[in-house]
Amino acid sequence: MWRWFHKLGSPKWFYAISGRWLPWFAVAALLLLTVGTVWALLFAPADYQQGNSYRIIYIHVPAAFLAQSGYVMMAIAGAVGLIWKMKLADVMAKCCAPIGASFTLLALITGAVWGKPTWGAWWVWDARLTSMLVLLFLYLGVVALQSAFTDRNQAARASALLSLVGLVNIPIIKYSVEWWNTLHQPASLTLTQKPTMPAEMWVPLLIMVAGFYCFFTVVLFMRARVELLDRERRTGWVKDIIRDKG
Amino acid sequence: MYFDNFSEFLAMGGHGLYVWIAYGLTAVIFIFNLIIPIFKRKRIIVEQTRQLRREELHASNS
Amino acid sequence: MMAQVDEKQVKRGIFTAMIRRDMTAAFRHPSDLINPLIFFIVVVTLFPLAVTPESDFLREIAPGVLWVSALLATLLSLDMLFQTDFQDGTLEQMLLSPQPLYAAILAKVATHWLLSGLPLTLLSPLLAMMLFLPGDGIQALMLTLLLGTPILSFIGAIGSALTVGLRKTGLLLSLLVLPLYIPVLIFASGAVKAAVAGLPIVGHLALLGALLALAVVLAPLAIATALRISLSG
Repeated sequence: MWRWFHKLGSPKWFYAISGRWLPWFAVAALLLLTVGTVWALLFAPADYQQGNSYRIIYIHVPAAFLAQSGYVMMAIAGAVGLIWKMKLADVMAKCCAPIGASFTLLALITGAVWGKPTWGAWWVWDARLTSMLVLLFLYLGVVALQSAFTDRNQAARASALLSLVGLVNIPIIKYSVEWWNTLHQPASLTLTQKPTMPAEMWVPLLIMVAGFYCFFTVVLFMRARVELLDRERRTGWVKDIIRDKG
Repeated sequence: MYFDNFSEFLAMGGHGLYVWIAYGLTAVIFIFNLIIPIFKRKRIIVEQTRQLRREELHASNS
Repeated sequence: MMAQVDEKQVKRGIFTAMIRRDMTAAFRHPSDLINPLIFFIVVVTLFPLAVTPESDFLREIAPGVLWVSALLATLLSLDMLFQTDFQDGTLEQMLLSPQPLYAAILAKVATHWLLSGLPLTLLSPLLAMMLFLPGDGIQALMLTLLLGTPILSFIGAIGSALTVGLRKTGLLLSLLVLPLYIPVLIFASGAVKAAVAGLPIVGHLALLGALLALAVVLAPLAIATALRISLSG
């Protein structure tokens, strides 16, 4: 079992495996995103209150999901790297950060754009958007801390600790922001109504969420592979690859 | 199909600006996320090929 | 039996010894101690100057302004937490010594609070009166600062420990620590607002107390890990 675990941490093994899986994830992402987008834009019904701007949900919700799971993934990878000193885990954590941050930004901007026709303002301090803004700050903190260290391993360990501290704080922050929001805004101001969505609305949403996850995996693998080529450039297997491609 | 014709599709019942900004921005961010590793990979391969050639030259000279 | 007593005494010994040492060292540079307080006063003064000196308006924004200013003043004082010890090698000794690290870290955070959070709390009624905060609000302000500033010290110490070896830590430290400060800010200023409105604040104080308990238990672990990481470079 430990042998499998250590094999899991081998950069060379990961490079080989990810090379084989990448095309499949890419195809899956392309398929899911195309079907999802077409369904979202052309076939899904408009919301009777919000009209066609409701279609933004098919981007906003998946982006928000990925923003949050991206952070969790980053924190877990960081923890694995911190505890078991696994280089690959450090690399995964480092690569998750910018991707997750970009999805958080996407969720924020689509939330704002959605808010304009719905509530008449480009930005509203509702609980969801405010929490997402704080999540963006947490991501940016991790990215900033990473780049502040010159020693790569030190950088990885420091940002792993920071993302874990952030992870513990996320539920507290969410709870406090929601609490704060109930004091200042009526409860009806939610962008998404959850349980009573008809199938013709939540099926494309699910497809888009799945598509976003596949896309995240594709980009994560791509970044991780590049990062490994950089880090392991002194090893034999990387030199072989360079000789092939160069 | 929810819309009757293409111009209605673009207009999105008056919310066209918002919907297309949202979907457009998504496309931009997706492309951005894809381009960065591609370019970085190319740069690393070029750098490392040069480095390898330099080393092999040095090794054959000594 | 003998060994048990010794361990507790050792911990207490380290704790008080460090506090005594750090306080003496701090009082050698009194300007470092006054700076956060002056910052607190100046920032609070900026608001009536920038917006309006009308008592109704100031009374309304007082809870938030006072808490944000206290928060920023605390942030300012975090730099000195580990920096001097890092530079003269004391920090490394602290980590290598067989003495319990938990006690040493607790002492450092306690000193920081005694030198920043506590003075801010004591100064706050004066500033609260300048912003026309009523008596109920002032009481709530002091209680929330009393409970909240230790939490700020603990969380800030984590950020301080992570950035102690880096240059230009000021801005980075703020970015790291401010998102984590948000819950404390929300509950504390909410309590002061509620008190002004005549509502009970026991719930708010309980929440702050819970956050403080969490900080006392978890933060030293993070601080110790962060110090080890920072010193391993």
